[in-house]
Amino acid sequence: MDTQAYREIAWNGIWKQNCGIVQILGLCPILAISTNIVNAVSLGLATILVMAMSNLVIAALRNFIPYEIRIPVFILIIAALVTVVDLAFNAYLHELYLVLGIFIPLIVTNCIVLARVEAFAAKNEPGNSTVDGIAMGIGLTLVLAVLGAMREVVGSGTLLSGIDMLIPGAQPIVLFGADYPGFLIAILPPGAFIALGCLIAGRNWIEARKQARARANPPAAPHEPEAPAEPA
Amino acid sequence: MSEPTALGLSARTGSVMVAFTIVFTALMAFTYGATKDQIDASTAEEKMKLISEVLPPASYDNVLLDDYAVLGPTRELGLDDGGRIYRARQAGQPAALILETTAPDGYSGRIDLIVAVRADGSVSGVRAVTQRETPGLGDYIDPKKDKDKKTPWITQFTGLEAARLPQCKVNKDGGDIAYHTGATISARAVTNAVARAARYAADNQNRLFAAPSGSTL
Repeated sequence: MDTQAYREIAWNGIWKQNCGIVQILGLCPILAISTNIVNAVSLGLATILVMAMSNLVIAALRNFIPYEIRIPVFILIIAALVTVVDLAFNAYLHELYLVLGIFIPLIVTNCIVLARVEAFAAKNEPGNSTVDGIAMGIGLTLVLAVLGAMREVVGSGTLLSGIDMLIPGAQPIVLFGADYPGFLIAILPPGAFIALGCLIAGRNWIEARKQARARANPPAAPHEPEAPAEPA
Repeated sequence: MSEPTALGLSARTGSVMVAFTIVFTALMAFTYGATKDQIDASTAEEKMKLISEVLPPASYDNVLLDDYAVLGPTRELGLDDGGRIYRARQAGQPAALILETTAPDGYSGRIDLIVAVRADGSVSGVRAVTQRETPGLGDYIDPKKDKDKKTPWITQFTGLEAARLPQCKVNKDGGDIAYHTGATISARAVTNAVARAARYAADNQNRLFAAPSGSTL
C-alpha cells in the first residue's frame, strides 16, 4: 500500500510489461482500431475503464472464487461489467457512445483484460489491482495512440481526423495538403503489422542500449540520452 | 474428511457458478432497467438528427417518428428483413417519404442508407447509415469520412429532380453522378440504390401514404 509499490506497478504496466509491445496481447482490437488516433485513443480509454473496474471487482471477490472455476467466473464478471459500461455510455454519454459504441463490446474479447485479472488481480489487494489495471490500460493506450498517429499520418496525411465527434468544432490537422493521395497499405491491416513491428523494434533497441550501457557501467554516460525511437 | 464424490464436487462448484451468474445478471438487469428510457430517448434523437440531414425539418409538420409504415422484405429496396418508411406531411398533405434502403453490392458488403424522396418524386437527400467501405478509398460515400467537407460526394443527390432520375447512374455507366477514380464500386452501389429507392417511392407513393400508421405492408 505504499507509493513505491504503486510506482513499480505503474512502470510495469506502461513500459516493462507493456501489453501491446512486450506481451503482444490483444492484437485483434489493436490492429483493427488503430487506423486513426481518435479511434485508437477512444478504445484505449474505454479499455482503461474496464480494466480498472474488472481488476477491482475481482481482487475484492478473489477469496470467494474457487480456483478450479476461476476462468469462467472471470469471464462472467468481465462480460457483465462491460455490458454495464456499454449501457451507461449509451444512456449518459450518447455522443461519445456513437464513437466508441462498436469498440466497447469488443473489450470482452480482449485477452489483456482476462490476462491481467488472472495474473494480477486474482492474487493481489484491490488497491494494487486497480492501479495495475489503470497502468496496463495506459500502456495499451499509449501504444494505440502512437500506432494510430503513424498509420493516420502515413495513410491519409491527417492527424486527429474525427476529433469533432469528441470535441465539437475541433478541426483535424491536414499535414500534406488536401490532394495527398493517401498510402492505402498503412490504413489496411498489413500497415498495422508493419507499424507495430517498428514499435516493438524501437522498444527493443532502447532496452538493448540501456543494457549495453549498464554492462559497460560508465559512471557518466558517454552519449547524450537518445529520444525514444519514432520510426516513420 | 473423505474425498468428495464427483457428484458432490460438481454440485458445489455448480452452485458457486450459479450464485455468481445470478448476482451479475441482476447487476446487468438493474442497469438495463435504469438506463432504458434514457437510451430510447437518445436513439430517437439520433434518428431525428439523421433524418434532418436528408429532409429539412421545416418541410413537414407531423411527428415523424410516430408516422411510419412497416415493410416486409422488399427486394426493390434491398431489405431482406424489412424496414420502416417514415411519412412526412405538411398540413396533412404528403410531403416526403423517408426510406431505409440497403445497397447489397458495396465493395465490402452491404451499405445501409436512408433516402428522402419528396412527394413530387425528387430526391431530398441521402445519407449512409452504416458502411464498411475501404477507409480512405471507398468510404467517401459517408460525408463524415469524405475529405471534401464543403460539398461531400453524397450531396450530389440533394435536390435531384424526378426528371433527372433516369440519369442517376455513375459517369462510367453513362449517368450524371461523378465518382472518385479508383473507387467506382462504392459509388455505383450507392447511386443505384438511390435510383431504385426513388423509383420505388414514386411507384408506391399513394399506397405508402395511405397505410395507417404502424401498419405492416
